[in-house]
Amino acid sequence: MAEKTIAGVQVNVSEDGYLEDMSQWNEDVAKGIAEEIGIELTDKHFEVLNYLREKTEAEESLTIRGVGKSGIVSVKDLYKLFPKGPLKFSSKIAGIPKPTSCI
Amino acid sequence: MDAKEKKPLEKVCMICAKGSLEDIYATLVMANGAVMEGIETKVFFTFFGLDGINKETMLSLHTATTGNPAMRMPGGLPFPTMLGGLPGVEAGVSKMMRKQMEELDMPPVDEFLELITAGGGEIFACKLAVDMFKLTKEDLHEEVSDIITIGEFYEMCDGDRTQIIFT
Repeated sequence: MAEKTIAGVQVNVSEDGYLEDMSQWNEDVAKGIAEEIGIELTDKHFEVLNYLREKTEAEESLTIRGVGKSGIVSVKDLYKLFPKGPLKFSSKIAGIPKPTSCI
Repeated sequence: MDAKEKKPLEKVCMICAKGSLEDIYATLVMANGAVMEGIETKVFFTFFGLDGINKETMLSLHTATTGNPAMRMPGGLPFPTMLGGLPGVEAGVSKMMRKQMEELDMPPVDEFLELITAGGGEIFACKLAVDMFKLTKEDLHEEVSDIITIGEFYEMCDGDRTQIIFT
């Protein structure tokens, strides 16, 4: 575990850069992480991020299939929002743990 | 920086030649996993693997109940080979497996192909096998982008961070 300052907020991150405590997250932190990855966040991004956070709080498992069925974005659009890491990058930016799903 | 520079995979090319439920799904899970990791992905279905992209067969794939020593009864007891050969047993067991996979959010084959192509993965069918089984492009799922020769597939497998996986 390491400490890191993102957007002026002191956060604890895992070795892979995922937030250890999802309550340390706010929209500015999200923007900071997204910038490191090279993604500029839009409202649509935040809709996905909030969905992922809600599901994580409810302790439900996350899959791109599930996001695709949420009615927020199609899987194709999810790939457009988070290129090359639809679940990995979105989870990182959402301040939730690294995804454990294979689908 | 580590002394050893990391060289992440850039491209994965998969060849699926077998048509049982587990063979097709192993290919689909690995292909989709690669796409999700941002790895360029190409999948080539040949011989009995064509069952995985044939619209007639793709949603009713079977797992072998005979000659499969890993087959267990619900509860874990060994599955008698004699039982596996009875009419309807293989279909019933396969249906049960598909149901359990659905519970784990594993999509049916057609939806799985769509997940792969949604992320930019490409699906191909082997020309020789398509001819041999007397199929046409119309018999195959829409997500299959082309029917090609193995030579053409190898041409796509260039690059020094490319791996070919045969399932």
